[in-house]
Amino acid sequence: MRIPESTGSYARDNYLSQGRPGLRGWLLTHDHKRVAILYALAITGFFALGAVAAALVRLTLVQPDSQWISPETYDKSFTFHGIVMVWFFLIPSIPNTLGNFLLPLMIGARDVAFPRLNLFSWYLFMLGGLFTIATLLLGGVDTGWTFYTPFSTMFSNTHVIMAAAGVFVSGFASIVSGMNFIVTVHTMRAPGMRWFRLPLFVWAIYATSVVMMLATPVLAMTLLLIALERLAGVGIFDPALGGDPVLFQHFFWFYSHPAVYIMVLPAMGVTSELICCGVRRRVFGYRFMAWSMLGIAFIGFLVWGHHMFVAGQSMYASIAFSLLSFAVAVPSAIKVFNWLATMYKGVIDFHAPMLYALGFVGLFTLGGLTGLFLAAVALDVSLTDTYFVVAHFHYIMVGGAVMAYLGGIHFWWPKITGRLYSEPLARFAAILMFVGFNVTFFPQYVLGYLGMPRRYHDYPPPFQALNVVSSAGAAILAVAYLLPLWYLGRSLWRGASAGPNPWHATGLEWTTPSPPPHDNFPEPPVVERGPYDYRDP
Amino acid sequence: MSASSLPQASSYAPAVDHLFDAMLLLCGAVAIGVFAVMFAFCIRYRRGHAADREGGNTRLGVELAWTLVPFALFLGIFGWSIGLWAKLRTPPADSVPVYIVAKQWMWRVQHPDGTREIDTLHVPLGQPVRLVMISQDVVHSFYVPAFRVKQDVLPGRYTELWFTATRAGRFPLFCSEYCGVGHPSMRGSVVAMAPADYARWLHAQSSPGLAARGAELFRRFGCSGCHDPGSGVHAPDLRGLYGAPVPLSDGSVVRADDRYLHDSIVLPRSQVAAGYAPIMPSYQGRIGEEDILALIAYVKSLEVEGGQGHAHP
Ligand code: HEC
Ligand SMILES: [Cu+2]
Ligand SMILES: [Cu+2]
Repeated sequence: MRIPESTGSYARDNYLSQGRPGLRGWLLTHDHKRVAILYALAITGFFALGAVAAALVRLTLVQPDSQWISPETYDKSFTFHGIVMVWFFLIPSIPNTLGNFLLPLMIGARDVAFPRLNLFSWYLFMLGGLFTIATLLLGGVDTGWTFYTPFSTMFSNTHVIMAAAGVFVSGFASIVSGMNFIVTVHTMRAPGMRWFRLPLFVWAIYATSVVMMLATPVLAMTLLLIALERLAGVGIFDPALGGDPVLFQHFFWFYSHPAVYIMVLPAMGVTSELICCGVRRRVFGYRFMAWSMLGIAFIGFLVWGHHMFVAGQSMYASIAFSLLSFAVAVPSAIKVFNWLATMYKGVIDFHAPMLYALGFVGLFTLGGLTGLFLAAVALDVSLTDTYFVVAHFHYIMVGGAVMAYLGGIHFWWPKITGRLYSEPLARFAAILMFVGFNVTFFPQYVLGYLGMPRRYHDYPPPFQALNVVSSAGAAILAVAYLLPLWYLGRSLWRGASAGPNPWHATGLEWTTPSPPPHDNFPEPPVVERGPYDYRDP
Repeated sequence: MSASSLPQASSYAPAVDHLFDAMLLLCGAVAIGVFAVMFAFCIRYRRGHAADREGGNTRLGVELAWTLVPFALFLGIFGWSIGLWAKLRTPPADSVPVYIVAKQWMWRVQHPDGTREIDTLHVPLGQPVRLVMISQDVVHSFYVPAFRVKQDVLPGRYTELWFTATRAGRFPLFCSEYCGVGHPSMRGSVVAMAPADYARWLHAQSSPGLAARGAELFRRFGCSGCHDPGSGVHAPDLRGLYGAPVPLSDGSVVRADDRYLHDSIVLPRSQVAAGYAPIMPSYQGRIGEEDILALIAYVKSLEVEGGQGHAHP
């Protein structure tokens, strides 16, 4: 059997051709699949903006005292990069594109529970994005994506309020989507789709949605308090006004640590689907996989203090947060081992989605293991706020979340568009990305170990060699990110028709034509067995 | 990551490096293991390659094993690291204090004898040094890679860090918490010297002493007008105050440590001593953090006369 292969013709009556035509048909759509496409287009744009900012940063760091952009511009670049990549790419990436498109299909529903609200969340997201772009046009913001006080409230002369407003508004898009997904999973499952028959991707989106709903309001409140102190001089975080700067860090990380799981849990869900199809086996330890995601979501709320070991929090708080941080690593370890065990005795195909999934497992493992260094307080004391941390979270968020996002896009592309893309090019891009990623970020571990602090545009000359390697890697990475844009785009016109199930995968979404009709299924599905019912010899 | 590029220059550094090396070994082994298994499976079970593919379903025992074994390992690392951390948080009794005031974008250092320096900190070898740090504006972080120590420096509150330098030389000091456009220029060095050299260096600076400067400021800012025993204003006598328990007007009792003295000067209303009217003016924004440190040193230096402790009416 050759995988992928064309399994039928392009479905003429699909969500793209049905429904109201033209731009209005898109901007006023209630179809979860179209909202997913709207989100995908928007975040692709934001990814490009964030990548340009990253390029400025990496170019500056080629020289220890580069003068080609001003220090102010450098600070605004890494701030913009962080804000855009975190809130306008990573957070919505998998949940709002693949999640939106696939969740109803995977559980056999016609749409999400609240289709109008779904569209509304996109408008909120775009409004937030508009504020962010306005911030850029007005001259940018220089606080770092972390908005630490009292710098952000009393000292920065840039457009903090505008930037915070963008994040604030986009946060509501998260809350609304999270709620929508939770209600959808609870109420819209097809007959026979019991909880433990849900694909792991659905579990992942479910766990993520819970985190989105519970954590994001805290971020919103914190940003409001920043505005209050900055505009009205109410003393909350600035000691000169009677406030406490460490309080801000508690609030901020109470959201931002769980936010890491908003980015990573969906990636784990995607990876589970990709691996099961790539090795044509049932996932090893389905229940452990589902529970471990819920476990991560829950314990993830209790570890925020590991960002503050040197911030002046009490010694006992640090001890507790350290222990809990090790605890949250356990379910992550389980997942890695279970993915490996799933490969055992499989029939492995090395198609592009599988390569991405393998890349995810490898990079996530490295990112997770270096996270253990940072969970150990005594090591964190010397490693925190250096490039070691930068490398660590890029391994999780770029090596992990972005790899999985792209793997998912490749895997479900035939479903979404009805077309097959060029597999050889896609495999090449996946491998190039893996290489480029490691060349970019591995040297940063070493830099951090040697003591190079973050957010330095001007650094001691001994650090130069490794920085040059890192920047060279970023160039490779840029090529690897541009490639899919080209061959995926081309497949829309040139691609062979995919038919309903080019991967011969299990899962309800593969039982309907590609692209799916407006109502998802020609006939309401009834579920009789669990996911991953692969019987390939 | 050779030791030559990152010297071990404090008593703490080798201990941290042991833990780091152990972690590197353990995590490196796990990473290599994961990659090796992945490759092995990829080769053995690739499509078209004949291999035994019978059985191999979910087994609870296996899963429990790879839940519990990592957890046990994690507990081990946790315990090891906490032991080191507790050491870092308990300065030895014989450590000498040095005061650091951070501001955008420099480090100001005050030695107990009044010697002041900027962006450089001289310390004697073998002598535990306890840094008492505060920021005049935003959050900064005091980071000396060669010592493997780092501590954020906060506005409005003292934080502490101690180390014992074990190797002579000049070691880079970085600000590692982003603090605005000058953040990367907030660099300096720690110079560790043999005790004799250090004594000679200190002697050459010949400054009046921190407490003496504080006494001068105590008069200049009008503190003496209220607090001198003969002033006629109903204000507490500060002799013997340091370290003593202070009953507050809200009924609670606090110990008069550095933080209490700092807040008494900057935010007198926040903790009013029992039996006194809250008439002391706030000096917030009127006295710099360095001068506050000098004032505190002066208050600390006020001895108890005639065996009488710090008395509250
Ligand atoms: C107008 C008179 C006045 C002036 C000037 C003044 N203080 Fe006070 N101070 C008081 C009074 C009254 C109290 C007790 C009430 C309170 O705790 O606020 C006090 C309390 C204190 C305390 C806490 C003492 C305790 O027993 O708890 C300290 C320390 C102190 N002052 C230091 C200073 C310093 C240093 C200055 C100069 C920078 C200064 N004061 C200037 C009146 C004054
Ligand atoms: Cu975290
Ligand atoms: Cu700084």
